[in-house]
Amino acid sequence: MPAPLIEMRGISKRFGAVVANEAVDLSVAPGEILGLLGENGAGKTTLMNVLFGAYAPDAGEILVQGRPVTINSSADALAAGIGMVHQHFHLAPRLSVLENLLIGIPGKSGRIDRAGGLARLAEIGRQHGLTLDPGLPVSALSIGEQQRLEIVKALFRGARLLILDEPTAVLAPTEVDGLFSALRSMAAQGLGIIFISHKLNEVRALTHRCVVLRHGRVTGRVDAPASTTSSEMAQLMCGHEIVPPARGPSTPGAAVLTLDGISTSRHSGMALRDVSLFVRAGEILGIAGVSGNGQRALAEVISGVLAPDVGRMTIAGKVVSRFSPCEVQALGLGRIPEDRMTTGLVTNLPLADSMVLPRIGTAAFSRNGLLRPDAIRAFAEAQIKAYDIRCPGPMTRAGALSGGNLQKALLARELAFDPKVLVVSQPTRGLDIGAARFVHEKFLDMRARGCGIVVIGEDLEELLMFCDRITVMYEGRIVGTLDSADATIARLGLMMTGAEGHS
Amino acid sequence: MSVVLEQIFQVGFLAAIIRIATPLAFATLGEMFSERAGVLNLGIEGIMLLSAMTGFTATSLSGSLWLGVLAAVLTGALMGAVHALFTVALGLSQHVCGIGVTLFSSGLAYFLYRLIFGQQSVPPSIKSFETLPIPVLSDIPVLGPAVFNQFSLVYMAMAAVPLAAFVLYRTPWGLSVRMVGENPRAADSAGVGVIATRFQAVVLGGALMGLAGAFLSMVQFNAFTFGLVSGRGWVAIALVVFGRWDPWRSAGAALLFAFVDALQLRMQASGLGHIPYEAFLMLPFIFTIVAMAVMSRNAIAPSALLKPFRREER
Repeated sequence: MPAPLIEMRGISKRFGAVVANEAVDLSVAPGEILGLLGENGAGKTTLMNVLFGAYAPDAGEILVQGRPVTINSSADALAAGIGMVHQHFHLAPRLSVLENLLIGIPGKSGRIDRAGGLARLAEIGRQHGLTLDPGLPVSALSIGEQQRLEIVKALFRGARLLILDEPTAVLAPTEVDGLFSALRSMAAQGLGIIFISHKLNEVRALTHRCVVLRHGRVTGRVDAPASTTSSEMAQLMCGHEIVPPARGPSTPGAAVLTLDGISTSRHSGMALRDVSLFVRAGEILGIAGVSGNGQRALAEVISGVLAPDVGRMTIAGKVVSRFSPCEVQALGLGRIPEDRMTTGLVTNLPLADSMVLPRIGTAAFSRNGLLRPDAIRAFAEAQIKAYDIRCPGPMTRAGALSGGNLQKALLARELAFDPKVLVVSQPTRGLDIGAARFVHEKFLDMRARGCGIVVIGEDLEELLMFCDRITVMYEGRIVGTLDSADATIARLGLMMTGAEGHS
Repeated sequence: MSVVLEQIFQVGFLAAIIRIATPLAFATLGEMFSERAGVLNLGIEGIMLLSAMTGFTATSLSGSLWLGVLAAVLTGALMGAVHALFTVALGLSQHVCGIGVTLFSSGLAYFLYRLIFGQQSVPPSIKSFETLPIPVLSDIPVLGPAVFNQFSLVYMAMAAVPLAAFVLYRTPWGLSVRMVGENPRAADSAGVGVIATRFQAVVLGGALMGLAGAFLSMVQFNAFTFGLVSGRGWVAIALVVFGRWDPWRSAGAALLFAFVDALQLRMQASGLGHIPYEAFLMLPFIFTIVAMAVMSRNAIAPSALLKPFRREER
C-alpha cells in the first residue's frame, strides 16, 4: 500500500462540554476513496472542518505525505493540497463560473489571469470529464453543475485530496452516476477522496474503505464496503439494529385533498403548471423530484400561502376560495414546512408560544383578545411529554432545540388537532436515524387513523418505504404517479429527469 | 421654456454640471467600493465634512493645496478604518456604526474648526485651485472649455471612474472585493482574507469620500462652513443604488443628478415666474426619489451587504 496522502492522528475537538471528536485516527492513500459514515451529529463534518482548517483541534496531529502540518485556515488547507466541497456550496451566484474559479488566485501583472484560467479549466475538463461554460453566471447553473464547479475549483487549486460532504443529497439519481464516474476517474489518477454520507448503498457502491463515527469516536472500520451488508453498517452507525417500520395494508377512503389544474406564476422558484392530484383518507402520497422542480410552490399552494392563478383545490370536500393559511387550517389542514427554523417555528420565542402560534386565536388559547398563558403552557407541557421533546421546558427558546426535537415539536403541534390532511416537506432532512424512525412511525399512525398525508421529499428510498403512491414532479409539472408496489428507484429516477411515466 | 433650453447648451452650464458632479462622483465611488465588499457606510456624510475641514485647515495653515488634499484623503481613510474596525473586525451593526461615525465626525469637525479658527466675523478662506486647461482638447468648441478647462481634482474624478472599473473587474483584489460582498464564506474557503479585504475596501472608500470633502472646501467654496456637505453624502448612497453598484453607472448617476441640480440653479437665477426658489431647490431630490423608486425595483444589492462575517459561525 502506498504511503498515505493524509493522516489524522488522535484528533479531539470539544465545543464547551460537547465532545465532537475524540481520538479519531484516519488516513487516505493516493487513489483511494474513503467513506466517512455516521449519523447526524456523529462528528463527520466537524472532523472534516478540522482537516480543512475551520476549527483548530484540541489534540492530535495532521500529517500530509508523512510531514506534520498545522492547518489554521482554508488557505493553509489549500496550500497542503486539501480541497473541500461543502454541503452548502461556497459560490457567488452573480459572478461567472470563471470568476468563481479565479477567486484568491494571484493575477498576472496585477490583472486577473483570464487566459490562464480558461486553459486550466479546459485541461481539467479533459482529464476528468468535468466541463463547464466559463462565461455563465453561477445562478444559471443547475445544482449538479454547481457541484461540478466546486470540484473543479478544488482541482484548480491543485488539491490532491478532495473532501465531499454529503454530495449526493442534492442530486438526481442520474446525476449521482455522473458524479461517481468523475470521482472514480480522479481516484484512478492518484487523487485521494473522502466521501461523507449516510446513504449506505452509495457508500457500498463507491468507496474502497470506510470509517464509521458515532458520538465523535471511530466505532468501526470496514475494509470491503462492497461485500458488507447495509444493515451491518447501519448497526455500526447507530449501535443497534434498525428495523424499518412496517407499513400495513390500508383501505383508502374518500379524497380529502384534491388539486385540479393548478397553475401559479408568481414564485421565486419554479412555478406550477397544470398540477392535478388527490390524496385519500388513510393514504400517504409521496411527491418525488429533484429539488427546485416546483415542490416548494406546491407546498405553499396546499398550505394556503400562495394563491394559484388558475385551478381548484378542495380540502375535505370543501372548495378553498381565498387561499390563506387560516382558511386551509380551518378546513382541517396541518403543515410541516421544509425549513423548520424560518417558516416552522419562531426561533426567538419560547417553545410554548411557537407551538400554539397557528391556533393562537382559537378559544383554547385566547379569550376576549387576551392570551391564556396557563392554557398555552399546559398544552406545551403535555406535548413535550407525549412526544418526548428533549428541552429544559416549555419556556425554552425554540431555536435552542436540536433538529430532531424541533421536528417533534412541529409534529406535536400539527397532530394535536387531528388534521384531515397533513402536508409535509422534507420530513427527515437533517434528522438522525432514530428521530427519522419516530417521524415515520407517526405518519403511519396518522394514516391508520384516516389522515391523508402528502410527503414532499428527495430521498427515494425513504418515500418508497412508507408511501402508498408516489407522484413525480419535473419543471413544475406532474410527470406521473406510480403505486409504490410498482415503483423502483430506477423508474422514479428516470421520471425525475422528465421522462414520461405510466400512471 | 426656451430660456431654459438655451441655458443648457452654454459653456457655463456644462461646466457647472461637471463641477457639481465631481464631489458626488468621488463620494459615490467610495460608497460603491465599501458596499461591493458588503459594508454599508452611513458615515459618508460626516466623513466628507470632517475631511473638508482637515483639508481646508491643512491648506490654510501650510499654504499648500496638495498638502490639504492629502490631509483630507488621510482623514477619510482614517474614518473609513474606524467604521471598518466596528463593522468588519468587530461585526457590529453597520447602520448604527455608520450613523455614529457621521455624528462623531461632524461634531469633531465643528469642534476642531472652532478650536483652530475661533469665532470670526468674516470666515477665513483660502486661495483655491486654479483651472488647468488641457492643451488642444480645451480648444474644442463648447465642450472644450466646459470639460477640459477644469480643476485638477475634476480630472482626477474623471480618471477615477475607469480606474475604479478596472480595479473592480480586472484585478484579483477587485474580484476578492466582489466575492466578499456576495458570499464571504466562498471567499474564505478559497483562501481569501474576508476581514482584510473588507477592511481595505472600506478604507479605500473612505479615502475617496475624503477627496469629495476636499473638493467641496478647497475648490467649490474655498472655505469651510457648517452646512458644507448638506446631504451630498446621503445622495451618494442613493446614487450607488441608482448606479447598481457599478462604477460607470454610478458616475452616470452622479452626472444626471448634477444636471438636475445645475438646471434648478439656473431656473432660480432666471427668476422663472413667481415660484418660490425653495421649489427649485427640491428638484434634484425629487428626481433622486423618483429615480430610486423606478430603478431600485430591479436593482440587486450585493448579497452579503449588511451581513457581518464571523469564521466559526455556521
